[in-house]
Amino acid sequence: MAVEGKTIDALSQFELAPVGGVFGWAVSFSQSNLFMVVAVALTWYLMKATADRGAMVPGRLQALGESAYEFVAGMVRDQVGDEGKKYFPFVFSVFMFVLFGNLLGMLPYAFTYTSHIAVTLTLAVVVWVAVTLIALKRHGMHFFSYFFPEGAPVWLAPIIIPVEVISYLSRMVSLSIRLFANMVAGHVMLKVFATFVVLLGGLGTIGPFVAAMPLAVNIALVGFEFLVAFLQAYVFAILTSIYLHDAVHLH
Amino acid sequence: MDERDGFEERLRQARAREGLDTPREQRGAPPQGPWGFGLRAGVEVVSALVVGIGLGYGLDRWLGTWPWLFLVFFVLGSAAGVLNVYRLFNPKRRPRAE
Repeated sequence: MAVEGKTIDALSQFELAPVGGVFGWAVSFSQSNLFMVVAVALTWYLMKATADRGAMVPGRLQALGESAYEFVAGMVRDQVGDEGKKYFPFVFSVFMFVLFGNLLGMLPYAFTYTSHIAVTLTLAVVVWVAVTLIALKRHGMHFFSYFFPEGAPVWLAPIIIPVEVISYLSRMVSLSIRLFANMVAGHVMLKVFATFVVLLGGLGTIGPFVAAMPLAVNIALVGFEFLVAFLQAYVFAILTSIYLHDAVHLH
Repeated sequence: MDERDGFEERLRQARAREGLDTPREQRGAPPQGPWGFGLRAGVEVVSALVVGIGLGYGLDRWLGTWPWLFLVFFVLGSAAGVLNVYRLFNPKRRPRAE
């Protein structure tokens, strides 16, 4: 798939195709959906294994689940404060969904559903709407004072308010573009350098020696991509927490 | 007496853990460093421009005033992008208080 003729085809890895035979065709169940289901199932299994055993000295799986829980719980507590505890399940679900999406994409033949803007934008819109509703519920009409800082001259309101509203709306765009762009860029780079390995490897006697260079780059990139997979899930979750902080405390 | 001191210490830890006492210092900020800041700044500017241009274009299509609202919202989007970057470098975090 990577090499068709002698060209580099780095984008076909993001194409959707129905899976599951007739059923898949009937309801357009693509491999993206399949991996979302896998991610949710894995998260559910991890949490169940963690909670079921509840051993005083945790095993490997329980330690993994507990550290994931504590990581997000600490993040929410530090960013939002103690009022944020009731929003922890939401942040944790978002974090695990993005994290598993990024990590599952690192498996060979797997599909990275976080590399589609439709998916990341939907996630970001859910976060944005939830945060806005929480702010409206907590502060009522006072929420709209968020768009006009105290102490600013009133005659500047026609400029400040649209700018603040656009800035507020741009949160969901920046949240989604950041995740989407990172995942797409990483996977395109992996594919391009993997194609170089194949193309250079076919250059006769010196081929294997020249091909070792892009192979080395690709090995480094795989490690880097694992870092990015964690980092982007972390950034998505921490920005959600920061927006929650703004919603809870307003200014 | 030893046992009681131990109890006080454990009670304090438990209260801190359950958030009954005052919160501690901040931990877990977004990743710092030049690359992180550079990429985040770029994304913030682009996304504000996307929203501004999208709003202006949509309103123009709706009201038939092309290209005036587009131009106005383009400028507003640029300003919002600058504002986003400013917020990135100067987070307006006041001490935890309503």
